[in-house]
Amino acid sequence: MNNKLIISGAPHVHSPENVNKIMWGVVIALIPTLLTSIYFFRFEALLTVSVAVASCLFFEWAIQKYLPKQTPTTSDGSAVITGLLLAFNLPSNLPIWMTILGSLVAIGIAKMAFGGLGKNPFNPALVARAFLLISFPVAMTSWPTIRPLFGDGIVDAMTGPTPFGFLKEGIAQGIPLSELMQHAHVPSYASLLFGANGGSLGEVSALAIILGGLYMLWKRIITWHIPVAFIGSAFVFAAILSAINPEVFINPWVHILSGGLMLGAVFMATDLVTSPMSPKGQLVFGLGCGVLTIVIRVWGAYPEGVSFAILIMNAFVPLIDRAFKPRIFGK
Amino acid sequence: MKTFKIGGIHPDEHKIRAEDQTITLDLPKQGIVFVSQHLGAPSECIVAKGDKVKVGQLLTKNENFIGANVHSPFSGTVNKIDTIYDASGYRKEAIVIDVEGDKWLENIDRSEMIKREISLDKNEIIAKVKEMGIVGLGGACFPTHVKLMVPEGRSAEYLIINGVECEPYLTDDYRLMVEHGEQCLVGVSILQKALGVKTAYIGIENNKPKAIEHLKKLANSFEGIEVVALQVKYPQGAEKQLINAITGREVPSGKLPIDAGCVVCNICTAHAVYEAVQKNKPLIDRIVTVTGLHVEKVSNLFVRIGTPISMLLDAVGGVPENTSKIISGGPMMGKALFSADTAVTKGTSALLLMDESLAHRGETTNCIRCAKCVNVCPMGLEPYLLGALVENENFERAENESVMDCIECGSCLYTCPSYRPLLDCIRVGKYTVRVLQSKRK
Amino acid sequence: MNIIILSFVILAALAALAAIAVYIVAKKFYVEEDPRIDRVNELLPGVNCGGCGFPGCRAFAEAIIKQGRLDGLNCPVGGADCMKSIAPVLGVEVVVEDPKIAVVRCSGSKENSPRTVDFEGFQNCRFSFNLYTGVTGCPHGCVGLGNCVQSCQFDAMYIDDETGLPVVIDDKCVACGACVTACPRGVIQLRLKGKKDRRIFVSCINKEKGALGKKHCSVVCIACAKCQKVCAFGAITVTNNLAYIDHTKCKLCRKCAPECPTGAIHELNFPERKIV
Repeated sequence: MNNKLIISGAPHVHSPENVNKIMWGVVIALIPTLLTSIYFFRFEALLTVSVAVASCLFFEWAIQKYLPKQTPTTSDGSAVITGLLLAFNLPSNLPIWMTILGSLVAIGIAKMAFGGLGKNPFNPALVARAFLLISFPVAMTSWPTIRPLFGDGIVDAMTGPTPFGFLKEGIAQGIPLSELMQHAHVPSYASLLFGANGGSLGEVSALAIILGGLYMLWKRIITWHIPVAFIGSAFVFAAILSAINPEVFINPWVHILSGGLMLGAVFMATDLVTSPMSPKGQLVFGLGCGVLTIVIRVWGAYPEGVSFAILIMNAFVPLIDRAFKPRIFGK
Repeated sequence: MKTFKIGGIHPDEHKIRAEDQTITLDLPKQGIVFVSQHLGAPSECIVAKGDKVKVGQLLTKNENFIGANVHSPFSGTVNKIDTIYDASGYRKEAIVIDVEGDKWLENIDRSEMIKREISLDKNEIIAKVKEMGIVGLGGACFPTHVKLMVPEGRSAEYLIINGVECEPYLTDDYRLMVEHGEQCLVGVSILQKALGVKTAYIGIENNKPKAIEHLKKLANSFEGIEVVALQVKYPQGAEKQLINAITGREVPSGKLPIDAGCVVCNICTAHAVYEAVQKNKPLIDRIVTVTGLHVEKVSNLFVRIGTPISMLLDAVGGVPENTSKIISGGPMMGKALFSADTAVTKGTSALLLMDESLAHRGETTNCIRCAKCVNVCPMGLEPYLLGALVENENFERAENESVMDCIECGSCLYTCPSYRPLLDCIRVGKYTVRVLQSKRK
Repeated sequence: MNIIILSFVILAALAALAAIAVYIVAKKFYVEEDPRIDRVNELLPGVNCGGCGFPGCRAFAEAIIKQGRLDGLNCPVGGADCMKSIAPVLGVEVVVEDPKIAVVRCSGSKENSPRTVDFEGFQNCRFSFNLYTGVTGCPHGCVGLGNCVQSCQFDAMYIDDETGLPVVIDDKCVACGACVTACPRGVIQLRLKGKKDRRIFVSCINKEKGALGKKHCSVVCIACAKCQKVCAFGAITVTNNLAYIDHTKCKLCRKCAPECPTGAIHELNFPERKIV
């Protein structure tokens, strides 16, 4: 026995989990969504995603290299997640330089300025999206018309609104919903589930997102609390409104299947860093996200409410952590 | 399948060669018996250099309520009374005995016969347990007679015997249950009589089906002893978790098991009580698991207390090359030894050798708030928060966040993907808060 | 135009309302306080180091006014000048204390006291000291994980990478005593700064018997009492296998240091000895 003995406090064994595995696990969970978005938007999607991921990695590396007191975390996969999520939140035809700018905001301002991985109060990808949406509202809300689920149609260079934006505009003009729902712009429930609803890269297929969510649940990267509370509360709230006046308030199924709600509930709100710690807190967080989403969608100025709802709830996380604690054994 | 309600983890079990028979180790040439081997007031040495001692003779005395005697595990001459490294590297008073033969005191019954009738009454049993220096053999070494004296105004309803052995690697309790099951059960009925409880539960985790079956069969011929199979989950062997798993009760925060009407003893302790009460044999030997993934001959060794650790290591084929950590106890709650120049004490349940590849802590990175520590904490605490509070020296808030409820099971540190030293911090918090609390009084 | 006027009016009205509210609240919840507290507080350095034993300068000022005298109260940062300036506020004389400095009484460097084990985990002396003796095996000496450095508000300490021991920077140390309380082993002591910063002290606090101490450290005090014999001022005492130099009695004559067989007695800032 020539080695020096090592002394450390108990425990002396560790689970095989580590940060890298968790982060790359999330990346794996994002793959189905990535594939569907490439399927529907073809080359443009691939380009946006690669640019976003590459620029996120580059900015993270550059900032950590040239700013003091940073331990390099480029390889842990968190920047890849940010890049993917950011790309999923952008229209596929967004100019490349805007994507790069978004990456800089996400990594530089939303993540590194707060102290790097684990210290950021807001989801970096959502901060970048909010920044881009406010700065370049036109570019961020013109979506390319999507190719059909089956068949050969090409991605149209023409742009149109998302089904959600279309409905909202129609309601604002006083057209009854039952009439609007007949319109070609509104896809069927099935196509909402499988894909083919226009919008950001990651919004197209609810099913792909659910698949990724199930993978994360299986790998125990996330717990069920936030997605279930988020989707459940959004559904119930929308159902109540719809029951009050079905001609003005959109059907809850459309609410939860379209737009970024699925993406937000499964990938954005569950972001480990910016969500509450206790299961109770996570339920409250998800509930807040769901209700705020519907509020913003129905009465807000923007057609889409998920990202703002999550950002607002992110701000409440420290308070939620203080207020909702796990029950202490024997108390 | 029963188990405790909050948190818990499931580390790799690594119960290596659990089916091998226990090997009795030869006597050492020189034994090192620490003067104090329990939790509580220190004992006092009553032998001097040059004294001849026999096996079972009293070496140190302890008149305090929370105190335990130590008896000689060897016969021979006291070589010196010196300070010897304990597991932490601090020097503690110890009696060094040159072993000569194996002469036992005459009043110790060394026959193999199992004696089932209990002739002593309640108080005599407690006095005997104290006299024979029995302490909790799960690792904490808390004097057993103190547990048996139920404070006035409270009563014990259940006796709970811990045969869980939830720590990975350890198999000593398992061997004891399989090889000396009947003695253990007689010990349990002695404890039942001392406490005046009708029902005793023996909790055993489901990964030891042989022990469960064996004890269940034996328990039929005992009154009020029930063997409970438990789902495999760490830290089931912790008092509060075991009570919760078996009875569904919760020990109130800051209180003792007796406040939930339960007394918890280890199965090894029950065996020691049997030997003390029925055979008049003091606590002078125990089973020690010597294990490790790279150890040549992993075995359970039946050794006298005071045997030098180096002898145990030699018996399993020597310390493998690249061993960087020797742990006394299990990998979850055991103590990393400062050096191998120490001896077996009453609380040494195992020696675990770890290869360099396993011995290091991972590199600490930022907390990613994954909430795994919160989800696994069996006490419902928030380890990430307590760790941060201690790092920022905010001990008052740490106290308000119930840092004192921590049972130091290590689940948080085990599960932390950022390798943060959560339990280390919480321990500092506990010492500091304890000092603050005693200042306030 | 109307809109501009209207918004001016509304804003002005709001401002007036808020001002009234602030005024009422300030009057209603006014706390009567000795005005001298503020004056004393202004005279204090305002670094809130806690070196005086109170949580911050304000609390110290309150304590001074409450006591009405300066006995037993001292601001180690501002020192004598600061206390002198406070005295007139209370109308009392001030007793000047000699300046002090923190002294690390352990020389168990990596060279003198070889590391026998490695430590991993929370880098905190209090934790490691509860877990085991420390990497050197000395049960009394410095653990070297830097609780003292962390506690220092004045950047007056650092851990020397070569020796693994903390070092006090003389010019920066204000003798606030934070490191003394931070050290779980009591290695650090506040000692008189001495004339021209000259100090003599036993750089060891090991209470083991000489032979045991020698096993893990070459510069341990073995309590041979040679230094005690040569001291003409009765400043050196040997108790519990350890020599101690009373800094209030020591006259800095330098006779003890050459007597020490292990070199445990340190002299600081003296001129070179003439070789006899």
